[in-house]
Amino acid sequence: MRIALFVTCLADALYPDVGKAVVRLLERLGHEVVFPEAQTCCGQMHINTGYQREALPLVRHHVEVFEPFETIVAPSGSCVGSVRHQHAMVARRAGDERLAIRAQAVAERTHELSQLLVDVLGVDDVGAYYPHRVTYHPTCHSLRMLRVDEKPLRLLRNVRGMTLLELPDADQCCGFGGTFAMKNADTSTAMLADKMRHVVSTGAEVLTAGDSSCLMHIGGGLSRLRSGTRTVHLAEILAATE
Amino acid sequence: MTTFLGLPTHAPRGVGHLRGDRPFPAAARTALAQPQLRRNLGHATRTIRDKRAAVVAERDDWEELRRAGAAIKAATMARLDEHLERLEREVWARGGTVHWACDATEANAIVTRLVAATGVHEVVKVKSMTTQEIGLNEALEAAGVVAQETDLAELIVQLGGDLPSHILVPAIHRNRAEIREIFLREMPGVDPALTDEPRGLAMAARAFLRERFLRARVAISGANFGVAETGGLAVVESEGNGRMCLTLPETLITVMGLEKVVPTWRDLEVFLQLLPRSSTGERMNPYTSIWTGVTPGDGPQQFHLVLLDNGRTAALADEIGREALHCIRCSACLNVCPVYERTGGHAYGSVYPGPIGAVLTPQLTGIEDNASLPYASSLCGACFDACPVRIDIPSLLVRLRAAHVEERRAASRIPTLEQLTMAAAGWTMTEPGRFAAAEKASRVGRVLGRRTGMIGALPPPLSAWTASRDLPRPPAESFREWWARERGNR
Repeated sequence: MRIALFVTCLADALYPDVGKAVVRLLERLGHEVVFPEAQTCCGQMHINTGYQREALPLVRHHVEVFEPFETIVAPSGSCVGSVRHQHAMVARRAGDERLAIRAQAVAERTHELSQLLVDVLGVDDVGAYYPHRVTYHPTCHSLRMLRVDEKPLRLLRNVRGMTLLELPDADQCCGFGGTFAMKNADTSTAMLADKMRHVVSTGAEVLTAGDSSCLMHIGGGLSRLRSGTRTVHLAEILAATE
Repeated sequence: MTTFLGLPTHAPRGVGHLRGDRPFPAAARTALAQPQLRRNLGHATRTIRDKRAAVVAERDDWEELRRAGAAIKAATMARLDEHLERLEREVWARGGTVHWACDATEANAIVTRLVAATGVHEVVKVKSMTTQEIGLNEALEAAGVVAQETDLAELIVQLGGDLPSHILVPAIHRNRAEIREIFLREMPGVDPALTDEPRGLAMAARAFLRERFLRARVAISGANFGVAETGGLAVVESEGNGRMCLTLPETLITVMGLEKVVPTWRDLEVFLQLLPRSSTGERMNPYTSIWTGVTPGDGPQQFHLVLLDNGRTAALADEIGREALHCIRCSACLNVCPVYERTGGHAYGSVYPGPIGAVLTPQLTGIEDNASLPYASSLCGACFDACPVRIDIPSLLVRLRAAHVEERRAASRIPTLEQLTMAAAGWTMTEPGRFAAAEKASRVGRVLGRRTGMIGALPPPLSAWTASRDLPRPPAESFREWWARERGNR
């Protein structure tokens, strides 16, 4: 299958290894990956902070870039959540019904990585090998916007050599929330503190999730604590081999 | 061109409890620094959360019930005027009196006048968020009337000189040791040997309240529902104090937000299933009182219904924002909210805290008076999943943020730092060349964090992040550069 990678602005700029892992993984599974180089950002930060006017050109740009592709994947529940649940709304509120319809069509072809693997490609064993103790944080937007449910866990359970440890209160938010982490830094940090306490309690070496943004937040806290637990994106674990 | 007719208006300033004295982040900072409060809230919200989850899981038609609740509310709001007029006619026809109050000031004046006409100086109260919203107790006090709260938690709050911090459990921020201290300090005639054993505390409150129920001549209540087709009013509760207030006194005055009307008894059936499971985590609440007008020789012989707007029509005017009016005050969203669980209700500055408060309060007051509330959420979505009438709170929060940004933009031509940042980020990101250039520019950050790969301190405003979290050092090569180098010829 020919799959267009929407790498997301965060992974592009700060976590290029996540994008490379998606490419490696999908190619290993026998698919063709294309990277539309004109892509930038889904505009979620703008939308969620109230800047819908500024988000509109981003939505239009995203739709134009990805419209030609049949299957689109992004290594982020949050960005896919924005594409699926916000893009058409932003266009509609700006009075651009045509763009809303086009955005909706792109949204329906856009999948978060675990959704693509399990639902579209029908794989739950990607042949990965990752000899580490790992715990998994289901990010809020994967869980409650996209309803990925157990899909990432099904994929992780089939990784060879890995010990998967259950994270207590896993479905609680880590406190990132985009600009929430800045505007309400104290509350965000209090939420993060509880999340880190649970992560550390598992004894895992690695915390994984399907969103670089949440991992940047939890990882930033774990690093500050010198906890010894590091964060690795789901794509990187699934791409790892012997 | 629209003509302004003076309506709808927002809840007025200077009366009631819909506005805090500090923005949410500042108030939250104070709350977060209280370890006892954090423990009390964490323990209480977890307990209710688990109870709710267990009883909701018992119903295999829960999703259908939620959808039915949402549909009934949406349909009711679409013809709210007709349902209210029906309710009004039916209450009058059954011997009650109906008053319309456009805001808190008017409602307080009506109730104060009605109480004064009876000549009493003490009234008993059923737990009611609406009367807390309008500051009725303070208005009565100013008129020389003592308004005695009779719900146990409201009593604790009242004796403690405090404000409710939760819709359902107003004293959730208190533990039993604190309650014992409040009772010993404030409750007349309390046994000095009182311990913090729950039964002992409840018995002390019972003895104190029983005396007041028996001598009360006037009661004031809110209403969970008003059934338009017969004019019936409903209060659901756990303790029976409400039943006492609704049946013993001669005069009953009910203050009801005008969004609480349901068209028919069949509609009520849906909500009486949704509400107890979502709020107290019970299959059925212990007391459901429904009364219709006046019944000669049985119950209060004078019944007044005060229908309160106080910003509700303004919320109704927004066809998406009006969803907040669907709320049945179960407080499930508070109990699952990670923000509420850590800050408690007082940080919101409104009697309606938590996720629903963050979307309802700014709509009642006008967003400029509660501009920080729509941002008091990480948009994690737990509230939407818990809501028994499927209010899409995260989407409403995003909508209110947009309304706030637009309002601020209209109010001043001098852009804020945030506006400039967002505009610059938007400009950069609509064009891949500019975005790639920005990525290259970010590489100056590579002078930092060389040893560990993490950056630990940055100047404001980024210090808001680095105060508690490291940031990764920018990579030497972005993904798009790697792609161009490795696969560019494809």
